[in-house]
Amino acid sequence: MTDNIVEIDNLSFSYNNRLLHQDINMRFPRGKVVAIMGGSGSGKTTLLRLIGGQLKPKTGAVRVTGKIVHEQDDAGIYQLRRKMGMLFQFGALFTDLSVFDNVAFPMREHTNLPESIIRDLVLLKLHAVGLRGARDLMPSELSGGMARRVALARAVALDPSIIMYDEPFAGLDPISMGVILNLIRSLNDALGATSIIVTHDVHETFAMVDYVYFVSAGRVVAEGTPDDLRQSALPFVHQFVHGEADGPVPFHYNAPDYRQDLLRGAHA
Amino acid sequence: MRRIIGRIYCGVRMLERLVNTIRGIGHRTVDRVHRLGFAARFFLYSLTCSGESFRRFPLVIKEIYFTGVLSLIIILVSALFVGMVLGLQGYNTLQRYGSSEAVGVLVALSLVRELGPVVTALLFAGRAGTAITAEIGLMKATEQLSAMEMMAVNPIARVVAPRFWAGVISMPLLAALFSLTGVFGGFLVAVPLIGIDDGAFWSQMQANVDFREDIVNGVIKSMVFGVACTIIALFEGYDAPPTAEGVSRATTRTVVNSSLAVLGLDFIMTSFMIHGGN
Repeated sequence: MTDNIVEIDNLSFSYNNRLLHQDINMRFPRGKVVAIMGGSGSGKTTLLRLIGGQLKPKTGAVRVTGKIVHEQDDAGIYQLRRKMGMLFQFGALFTDLSVFDNVAFPMREHTNLPESIIRDLVLLKLHAVGLRGARDLMPSELSGGMARRVALARAVALDPSIIMYDEPFAGLDPISMGVILNLIRSLNDALGATSIIVTHDVHETFAMVDYVYFVSAGRVVAEGTPDDLRQSALPFVHQFVHGEADGPVPFHYNAPDYRQDLLRGAHA
Repeated sequence: MRRIIGRIYCGVRMLERLVNTIRGIGHRTVDRVHRLGFAARFFLYSLTCSGESFRRFPLVIKEIYFTGVLSLIIILVSALFVGMVLGLQGYNTLQRYGSSEAVGVLVALSLVRELGPVVTALLFAGRAGTAITAEIGLMKATEQLSAMEMMAVNPIARVVAPRFWAGVISMPLLAALFSLTGVFGGFLVAVPLIGIDDGAFWSQMQANVDFREDIVNGVIKSMVFGVACTIIALFEGYDAPPTAEGVSRATTRTVVNSSLAVLGLDFIMTSFMIHGGN
């Protein structure tokens, strides 16, 4: 048995009777940084929620450390989630708690550590993301990039073995993006964790990850190392990697013929 | 021939519209019942998750501050005015029958039995209920509740249950303060302003307000309103679609549903509490 911390086998998932995923197979080896890429609305975030057990698959299974996620009871799922850290798209910091209390939140909920040790641990985590000085600020006083870094500190507060990132680069300026990129890699290696990144930022991601899965229309259409994929001849991958406006993913939403549509007039 | 086809077409269209209307009514009814069931399950689940709220009571105290203490100003100011108006109106009517000293009884009974619990609940729904709905709705929209779940913390136990108990504890206290301030407002108008004898004002009140029949019943009412208003506010927030529009609609629904629930429950409880000929 290979050392995969997360395995997705033949997974199908439907939402409101709409099939979102079909026959998804993915492997996330321990210690690696793996990206799941695809266009907006291709159900990438849903995959993270399936791994976290917030959604149940229709068929197939997600295994985390060998345990099938959807077969766990509440206590079992909570047990698994304690090994996971997740960075949400816009941080999802608790707006009524300060930066310090946000990072301390998981520690206070799950450990009985004395306040003095929690303080040291929080400062350690905040120092790692460079925001030790911002500990007393409220989330509303942070910029997008800073909020993302605080959320990252919170996600790794309990030293998880799996860190999931949901669109970690969305809406960031290039400097913040570079900071987050470095943090993802360095935290992964420092903690000996496995990272799963859901994103559509090709160039930033390719520079840092070990392996990439491409998802389109609910299926895995391509996978490989960044170098493999850069040279991929698959039309979808080529279009995506090179950011071309038209290709297998059409520019136009499904519509009747343009000429016919115009000729029909307003009262058709 | 053409006219016949036209008529048939018209008939079919009308039938279709009729069927659609009936289908719409059915759909809406089923939807409401479904939501009601979901709300009931939400309520029960919040109760079963309440253990932690009592083990970590500071969480509840913090919420009592947000729902109860911050509602004080609007409650107290409204109570003062309601009491003053009751004093004026009561005096105006009672003096025709030569019993203007009874204005104290009138003010106290109307406040303790009805206006105290009901107006407090309506104001609570507007002030604290909307705040709860908006807060929880936004926590959902900004994925804070999801984040909590992913941190293996149950949001019902951590976010919903403390707010529920805070509301249930705050409401009777607020209603009591409302009645107290209202009586004081009535006193201000009746005694210093109109010149009713203050001995008669207070002693009649003391003689005619019954502890069990009036005060305890008022407290029971405000407790029930506390449960209803808080659970409606929490449920609407938790059930809101995670968008700006969804949250704003949920906030409106909180006020509408809470107000209707309060007035409906008030009628039901009053009809059980009032004994004929008493």
